[in-house]
Amino acid sequence: MSKVLMKGNEALAEAAIRAGCRHFFGYPITPQTEVSAYMAKKMPKIGGTFLQAESEVAAINMVYGAGGAGVRVMTSSSSPGISLKQEGISYIAGADVPCVIVNIVRGGPGLGGIQPAQSDYFQATKGGGHGDYHLVVLAPSSIQEMVDLTSDAFDIGDKYRCPVMIMGDGMLGQMMEPVEFKDADVSNLPEKTWATTGTGMKRKKNIINSLFLEASELEKLVLERQERYAEIAKNEVRYEAVDVEDADVVLVAYGTTSRIAKTAMAKAKEMGLKVGIIRPITLWPFPFEAFNNALNGKDKKFLCVEMSTGQMIEDVKLAVGDKAEVHFFGRTGGIVPTPKEILNKIIELGGAK
Amino acid sequence: MKKINIVTGHYGSGKTEFAINYALKLKESHGSSVICDMDIVNPYFRTNDAVSFLKNEGVSVIAPEYANTNLDLPSLPSDIISVFSENSPPSVLDVGGDDDGAIALGQFYPYLSKEDYEMFFVINALRPDTSSADGIIKLIKDIEYVSRCKVTSLVNNTNLSYLSSVKDITDSISLIDEVSNLTGIKVKYISGKEDILSKLPEELKEKLFPLKLFMQLPFDAFA
Repeated sequence: MSKVLMKGNEALAEAAIRAGCRHFFGYPITPQTEVSAYMAKKMPKIGGTFLQAESEVAAINMVYGAGGAGVRVMTSSSSPGISLKQEGISYIAGADVPCVIVNIVRGGPGLGGIQPAQSDYFQATKGGGHGDYHLVVLAPSSIQEMVDLTSDAFDIGDKYRCPVMIMGDGMLGQMMEPVEFKDADVSNLPEKTWATTGTGMKRKKNIINSLFLEASELEKLVLERQERYAEIAKNEVRYEAVDVEDADVVLVAYGTTSRIAKTAMAKAKEMGLKVGIIRPITLWPFPFEAFNNALNGKDKKFLCVEMSTGQMIEDVKLAVGDKAEVHFFGRTGGIVPTPKEILNKIIELGGAK
Repeated sequence: MKKINIVTGHYGSGKTEFAINYALKLKESHGSSVICDMDIVNPYFRTNDAVSFLKNEGVSVIAPEYANTNLDLPSLPSDIISVFSENSPPSVLDVGGDDDGAIALGQFYPYLSKEDYEMFFVINALRPDTSSADGIIKLIKDIEYVSRCKVTSLVNNTNLSYLSSVKDITDSISLIDEVSNLTGIKVKYISGKEDILSKLPEELKEKLFPLKLFMQLPFDAFA
């Protein structure tokens, strides 16, 4: 298929449909609403289900039910709405139900604002809801990558029986870019033998549940799940690393912020500075390997750039340990950092005039 | 050129870029012009983003008080009404995308029905919903229905953003001509970046409307 021009939110919705998603439950919120609007238009035409729930809490529980019945299901929201969904997300993780949750992040905390932000990193990667669980968190930096990762999100969710989050900032949802859909064959997905599809009087009934009456039973399941998380960490880590080996300053940024950082990096190189970038694509599992590789070479400083007051930097520090300095530049509350601001910080660290 | 110029289209068609450039053109030919940001649909990337440039160029901007703030309130500024006064300079009304955005135009029908207005419909044939004659005509009809105004001219603004090519435009010509034949609405302009338009065949030259682009992403530019 050739390229078309699409808005991030609608491209994401189309990508989900092409990945075999026929069930969408959501509630509108800026800057994510076009995902719901697109699903509302398209789902009835292809025999799918679009339902605007009475609230985010209702929507995530509909996702729980549909996912438990084995279908590919998605919901999307933006920061305050994702906060409302946390109880359901925890239940979904606790019942090992695959689903895709989209967060097109806006400024917070509270109602915050409608402009782009990355201040939900903690919520996405460090729990959000209660209990010992993880979300796989994918952070695209372009609309094309968001489309490609949407398909992967459903595959990862099905493979490991876990909820997967696609996290983009408001800009990624609202901007337009050329995009190409690679047609994936979803006609022959592996059967979900655990799903509540009806026994047909031929098998024992399947139960989707996150309540366990015996502590030992719960512990056993939680530990089994941890093993699955270890498998995910082994198999699914994704990142981009550019010119890291020879760099004096390594930028660390994800999502659209990484593109702003790259613009600053190009300018810094013109000025003769040695700058590289590590761009985590999976925020959980975090790409520790990229930092180990970077630390093997010469001495360098790390500069974490985020649209927050510093959240991913905690993982960067964990990855770097005491082997290098870790610095931070961020804007928050809906303000997008400029390439110039990042360049100034690079110059400050790189020692150039 | 008409005094009232309404710009409609699918969201992502490039309406706002066309509207801003048209307002600059009106300013050039008439000494002054006004642009109204009537977008009640999009929270980001709107006329208001170019407001300081436009004001410097002598184009007056009427924009919702809360545009580009955190208040996601679909309200229009009351001074839009001033463009219908006898003394107003020529104006461009940048209407929000689709029929959802065009609803905001309907309230001005009592004024517009007495005006000899121009209503552009901007088409990007590389947007999935407006890549067929049926899709384009349905949207024209939906916008006309809610706004109670008639589209008077088509603008072919086919583009793929930073991947735009001459071929994108030449490939779209027959589709836009088909829409024109089926609706009886003439194609007034073919718009796009100047370096691309300059490579189009000679027979299209009289329709060309080169655009200076304003809606930049933060990673595009190094200011």
